Amino acid sequence: MSPVERLAERHHLRWWESLPWVAALAAFFLFPNHLAFGTQLLITILFALSLDLVLGYAGIITLGHAAFFGAGAYAVGMLAQHAGWNEPLSGLVAAALVAGAIGLASGLVLLRTHGLTLLMLTLCTMALLEESANMAHHYTGGFDGMPGLTFQPIAGAFAFDVLYFRPQYLYVLAVLFGCFLLARMLVHSSFGQSLTGIRENILRMHAVGAPVRARLVIVYTISAAMAGVAGGLFTQANAYVNLSTLGLERSAGVLIMLILGGHGRLYGAFVGAVAYMMLEHFLARAYPTAWQLGVGLMLILVALYARNGILGFFKQKTA
Amino acid sequence: MAVLLETQNLCKSFGALEVAREVSFRLERGARHALIGPNGAGKTTIVNLLTGVLQPSRGRVLLEGEDVTALAQAKRVKRGIARTFQINQLFRGLSVLENVCIAVAERLGAGGSWLRPAGSRADVIGEAWRLLEMLKLGSDAGRRVAELPYGRQRLVEIAIALGLSPRVLLLDEPAAGIPSAESHILLDAIATLPPDIAVLIVEHDMDLVFRFARRIIVMVSGAIFAEGTPAEIAANREVRSVYLGSALDA
Repeated sequence: MSPVERLAERHHLRWWESLPWVAALAAFFLFPNHLAFGTQLLITILFALSLDLVLGYAGIITLGHAAFFGAGAYAVGMLAQHAGWNEPLSGLVAAALVAGAIGLASGLVLLRTHGLTLLMLTLCTMALLEESANMAHHYTGGFDGMPGLTFQPIAGAFAFDVLYFRPQYLYVLAVLFGCFLLARMLVHSSFGQSLTGIRENILRMHAVGAPVRARLVIVYTISAAMAGVAGGLFTQANAYVNLSTLGLERSAGVLIMLILGGHGRLYGAFVGAVAYMMLEHFLARAYPTAWQLGVGLMLILVALYARNGILGFFKQKTA
Repeated sequence: MAVLLETQNLCKSFGALEVAREVSFRLERGARHALIGPNGAGKTTIVNLLTGVLQPSRGRVLLEGEDVTALAQAKRVKRGIARTFQINQLFRGLSVLENVCIAVAERLGAGGSWLRPAGSRADVIGEAWRLLEMLKLGSDAGRRVAELPYGRQRLVEIAIALGLSPRVLLLDEPAAGIPSAESHILLDAIATLPPDIAVLIVEHDMDLVFRFARRIIVMVSGAIFAEGTPAEIAANREVRSVYLGSALDA
């Protein structure tokens, strides 16, 4: 195949791209008692996918992505608690708008910087939001968060099930699928190509006349909105929200997942989140006090032998 | 012939250090100028001032009589000023074809489009391919830039600049790092440049300069020391003593 044909066909769907979705649907029928875990996994994949847009494609280094996850989670929680707005789909729209607005406002300031300065400022943004949520306990429940939230049935028909998570699982899977299609369209577009250019060589992108900062702010805002949707799903599926949605642990965790799976590949978010959460799930059962040791060892192995993550490792082996 | 690009008393200082002093010259449509001078003469600074990477401390840059001094780099590119870099600035992880496609897409205003896949832009890909063929890079189109020999990478630099369809092309030491046996590839590439664009080449390779340029500007210590045809510059004793003697003897 010629280079022109290869480039022209890159955005075409491949047969293997259906595998994660088939596996997710199969898991619904095969593991009915683990759907709560599966729902958390799907939410985390969506969160990792949002991070991949900024980190993997645009090269924006961030340690504060949980700021947007938390913003979406609290937006849905506060609307349900204080405004009685507990319709799920419109709640997700609100989560996306709130997180996107915070992403836009912070991105306009943060993305003037790069490197370690940017890294620290993303961390500061998240810490500011976390502390604000902690201090505004009248509205957010402070340290205890907001437990026992109730939501209307999804699309007016499927009630949330806090015991078996069956509706939640399919609902989250559907939202993830929609967001994935959006992310896929974005990264294969000319806009996505220009983001890759910015990641590869920002100096050259300036020299070809690209409005570099505007592009970065746009993708940062989209990514923040997507992380907000993930946060909103977290609140709806679990019927609570607390400060853990805004913490460094969540930001660092999703970053590790992306590194594990392989960033800048879309499906790295899937592989990384599954690998990390399965490892965490089973290790925590076997070694409740030392499970992080296993995750640490796996990270070391990836750093030593698979610099581009699990997907990068397999691609290298099959090339 | 109509003046395309003009600098008027361009000055640039970094603190007490004056790196450009009252630099004034003109590039006409179709010009083939060379900017030469010893290391530290301020040649790359001039390129940076022309492209908007640096803002001058004083003086003006005019493009077809319009003052573009305050314009940002991206806007100057849109107006037709393109450059290559002294040290390659490429998208090393991407293919040669993608490198040029990014430039062409920006020029055609497709770079910000989300809805349409980049692969479906036949106009962008077609033009990028045509440029690669023109520069004899077609056989490398599918290869990652990082895998190419340095000399071929220099040609990709030129292909990216041409993808912007410039009216003024600034080539900053295009032969730097290319073995002299391979510099003919570069000369061939330069010879294929469209005749109506103005080209300013910054170069230390005097063989290339004297074969390419119809007019030469000599800079020393941030100021224009001499300007003239290649024959006039070669015959200028002062130029020989400050720079050319050593370069021509080398």
